[in-house]
Amino acid sequence: MSTSTPLDEKTLAELHEIAARYPEKRSGLLPMLHLVQSVQGRVTPEGIEACAEILGLSAADVSGVATFYTMYKRHAVGDYHVGVCTNTLCAVMGGDEIFARLKDHLDVGNDETTEDGKITLEHVECNAACDYAPVVMVNWEFMDNMTPESAVAMVDDLRAGNEVRSTRGPRVCTWREAERVLAGFPDGRADEGPCRRSGQPGRAAGRA
Amino acid sequence: MSGAPTLTPVLTDMWDVDRSWTLAAYEAKGGYRALDRAFAMAPDDVIAAVKDSGLRGRGGAGFPTGMKWSFIPQDNPKPKYLVVNADESEPGTCKDIPLMMGNPHVLVEGVIISSYAIRAHKAFIYIRGEVLHVIRRVQAAVEEAYAAGHLGKDIHGSGYDLDVVVHAGAGAYICGEETALLEGLEGRRGQPRLRPPFPAVAGLYASPTVINNVESIASVPSIVGNGADWFASMGTEKSKGFGIFSLSGHVTRPGQYEAPLGVTLRELLDLAGGVRKGHELKFWTPGGSSTPLLTAEHLDIPLDFEAVGAAGSMLGTRALQVFDETVCVVRAVLRWTEFYKHESCGKCTPCREGTWWLVQVLTRLERGEGTEADLDLLLDQCENILGRAFCALGDGATSPITSSIQYFRDEYLAHLTNGGCPFDPARSTAWAGEEVMA
Ligand SMILES: Cc1cc2nc3c(=O)[nH]c(=O)nc-3n(C[C@H](O)[C@H](O)[C@H](O)COP(=O)(O)O)c2cc1C
Ligand code: SF4
Ligand code: FES
Repeated sequence: MSTSTPLDEKTLAELHEIAARYPEKRSGLLPMLHLVQSVQGRVTPEGIEACAEILGLSAADVSGVATFYTMYKRHAVGDYHVGVCTNTLCAVMGGDEIFARLKDHLDVGNDETTEDGKITLEHVECNAACDYAPVVMVNWEFMDNMTPESAVAMVDDLRAGNEVRSTRGPRVCTWREAERVLAGFPDGRADEGPCRRSGQPGRAAGRA
Repeated sequence: MSGAPTLTPVLTDMWDVDRSWTLAAYEAKGGYRALDRAFAMAPDDVIAAVKDSGLRGRGGAGFPTGMKWSFIPQDNPKPKYLVVNADESEPGTCKDIPLMMGNPHVLVEGVIISSYAIRAHKAFIYIRGEVLHVIRRVQAAVEEAYAAGHLGKDIHGSGYDLDVVVHAGAGAYICGEETALLEGLEGRRGQPRLRPPFPAVAGLYASPTVINNVESIASVPSIVGNGADWFASMGTEKSKGFGIFSLSGHVTRPGQYEAPLGVTLRELLDLAGGVRKGHELKFWTPGGSSTPLLTAEHLDIPLDFEAVGAAGSMLGTRALQVFDETVCVVRAVLRWTEFYKHESCGKCTPCREGTWWLVQVLTRLERGEGTEADLDLLLDQCENILGRAFCALGDGATSPITSSIQYFRDEYLAHLTNGGCPFDPARSTAWAGEEVMA
């Protein structure tokens, strides 16, 4: 069991701030849990208690919600969450092979974290990027048209601390930083990158 | 069939523009001008225009958008809400995400006009959580719109107020189902609600609520700006306008092709350079994995709601996943079925238990361990789910199975005689043999 510390004042204030965005505060629960993950690296008992208290719910209620959604993690996630799409289209286009290669290369199973705490590997469902199959998500940024070799090189770069960019432009941040954006606290990086993968001739955007 | 059809880049028109996602780029292309046109109209007239355009929901079911808006009881004293469904998770569907990445402002403008029409003062954009940069872009677009006076109080001096909240989901395909989405947005487990009451009467916080797909809402500014007739002049008799067709898989140039409804897969493939070199079409989905598979014999079916329905499938989300002859249909179907099992919310027994059993039997067959009777067992199980499940997820789970048995029964049997899968998965990959992409 990993332990965690109680949430600090700033985080508690931000949890209240999220709840206040909505006509009924319970609507804030999903983003609030994202914020908990950004601060504590997973959904902790302390985080559940804090959300429950702010929303006037029982901890069991909050737990029931947290366990329903796949993005909420019970155990600590590494700095980089690497999600290999293995839904049918990506699987067929090579996602299965990429996932197998990464498991082998990182020496982890599905939903496990490397010993250095850097990378959590998971297979994910269709991420709405099928036209760039096979796709790998890193902290929910797109890595398009991957191969086993490019996926291995990417995780090696992540572990070595080299800058890694999504094939659509933005620099990959840490998993916790990403969770903070999902909680509704922008990081000011919306302008990074173009909007589609560059250097892909004929990648049609409605043009002949 | 004539050659290549004319594409109709409207929503995708901006994507190649430098910094296309910014307010400046959108306004330079005439963005936010439809808003003034809408404000010059009575809200009911905006609804009438959307009705007249013939726009039907782009989230899969094709319900007429203007009619949906007119169901909002305006004499109900409760606040009205607009909720944009940006959960895009149906396997194969990949249009809303690039749309929000490349042109988030067209969605924001659509949200404002649509909210004005239904007299909502608060709107929510519910985006699946697994798309960080898309969420950044939409957050930034909303911020920019506030700063420019397109959102907030007294928008453009019209006296109309609107606030928009961008809300990130947390991973659950079922939250694309509109009532499950509302549960998620209310901070609960995303399980569908019993209908009636329909969301138009009792939706978010039991208040009148319109839920529309991203592409539906994003189509509204062009309808208001160019007129209902302009929109209705495209498409087919009952499926008006244009839509984004997403080509993926074994296609030379996969991508997003915006075309009038009624275009055919053959025409789209012509534009996309055809099936990858040296291979031929085996099967495809017209609108995501929940729509029954089609084959090469369906290449000339007009992709509109009516014709695809008449061919035994559904237009769905125009997610055209193309598979060539190297792909084992049993493998493909098993993987989709595992997806439905994983995503079943557990609320009703036919789907929760049924999808589990489907995976069991399919796994057996795929390994070549079953018997021919297992095919009938599968069809029987599908029959017990279809129409008996609480929501359309359960129904959708049966589509790939029944359609693949219809068209490829022999291939299932080949697994039995072969003692396993007769295909080599390495041949299907993007980097297989001569098909290696440049
Ligand atoms: C399991 C399931 C998943 C769905 N996922 C989506 C989705 O991701 N996006 C979407 O717009 N509609 C989705 N729908 C359809 C919605 O329930 C609803 O019909 C749609 O959002 C209405 O918008 P429209 O009329 O503009 O199409 C889904 C339906 C089901 C049953
Ligand atoms: S059909 Fe499946 S997803 Fe829909 S309510 Fe039943 S269990 Fe939930
Ligand atoms: S199947 Fe992998 S992104 Fe759609």
